[in-house]
Amino acid sequence: MKSDKTIIIVEPSPIVSAGLASYFDDIKQVSIVSQLDRIDRMEEKLAAFNPDILIINPLLIAYDTNEQFLKICRDFSKVIPVALVTSYVDAGILKQFKDVIEINDSKQKVVTKIFNILNDNKLTQDKLESIELSNRETDVLVALVKGLTNKEISDKLFISVHTVITHRKNIVRKTGIKSVSGLTVYALLNNLIDETEIYK
Amino acid sequence: MQKVFSENTKMADMVLGNPQLLLMFPRFGMDLGFGDHSVGEVCAMNNVSTPFFLMVCNIYSNDDYSPTPEDIANVDLKALISYLLESHKYYLNERLPHIEEHLDHIINACIPKYGNMLRRFFDEYKNEVVDHFVYEEKNVFPYLEQLVNQNVKTDYKIKVFHENHTNIEDKLSDLMNILVKYLPADVYPKERIEIALDINDLSIDLMNHTLIEERVLIPFVESLEA
Repeated sequence: MKSDKTIIIVEPSPIVSAGLASYFDDIKQVSIVSQLDRIDRMEEKLAAFNPDILIINPLLIAYDTNEQFLKICRDFSKVIPVALVTSYVDAGILKQFKDVIEINDSKQKVVTKIFNILNDNKLTQDKLESIELSNRETDVLVALVKGLTNKEISDKLFISVHTVITHRKNIVRKTGIKSVSGLTVYALLNNLIDETEIYK
Repeated sequence: MQKVFSENTKMADMVLGNPQLLLMFPRFGMDLGFGDHSVGEVCAMNNVSTPFFLMVCNIYSNDDYSPTPEDIANVDLKALISYLLESHKYYLNERLPHIEEHLDHIINACIPKYGNMLRRFFDEYKNEVVDHFVYEEKNVFPYLEQLVNQNVKTDYKIKVFHENHTNIEDKLSDLMNILVKYLPADVYPKERIEIALDINDLSIDLMNHTLIEERVLIPFVESLEA
């Protein structure tokens, strides 16, 4: 089954794990790519599947392996951790998770939670995307404030004039600055360029 | 859609409901203190063309308002040119120096690298505005007078003006972005807010100024050229 979003489940009870996975059988947009019963092979699977969501029973993260879990979360920062709670878990542990699925949640409730998480994540990624210039956009910006024309920038960076124009549009959209002299100020304030390189 | 003002509207009601219209009075050479006089009465007392004054006020306070072809045909050219000239004077002699004065404080407080850059940016902007106005005063307004007197000496057409009508608002919005988003936070925070508010007022006023040129000046000239 081809789907956009992927999930790995890490749950010691095979009955619970299979039951949760079955919730997604008829959901086309999401697929369960791996089910583990222990934490020790989790890192390997995360690297192999690069899933969107990691559903994990926090009981597996005993206090002594918490550091290791945090490190994994940092290494795979794209993966959203969701807790699958089957018995009482300390609130401090649950804070590390984006959301919590409980053992008696209905199918509809679980699926809704997963969809909300995926949509929410898309939104925050869009927001982040609009703030920072990509490396290529920065190259174009620097060339632009040095006074190069679109054609010269295209030759220098080995990209088409059309691509230069697209980058320029994105630069204006992301910075909110339209004029080249305004962008010069932006480049200087962000130390992308030195004062001596312009205003010759 | 907001109500269109008429000559029977009380001047004070119109202005109190739309305070941005306060900017009109110095441009038309009128003083405040209207009492209960109507727009028509105040205009007559000051020798101002009531239809033209109303047209400008309506454009300023009502986004959807566009003068009819008859309104345009009846525009008093002298009033139009004098209004535009007075607006230019106001921007150059009052608004820009006011913003510059505040900006100078910020420039002096910045490390020289940033200060020089802001100074250069503002100087460029000022020159752009001056060039824009000088172009209109040297080319467009005399051409208009020739047209009205049916004594056209050039092959200039208003289309040229329309096409070269540079956007003097872009840099102003850039300056706003720089002040709000990018200049280091510790530089004169209070004064920065004041400048940002001033810039906001100025850019609204300039936008309306452009609207008057596009909705009145250009159609007026096009009707004469036809």
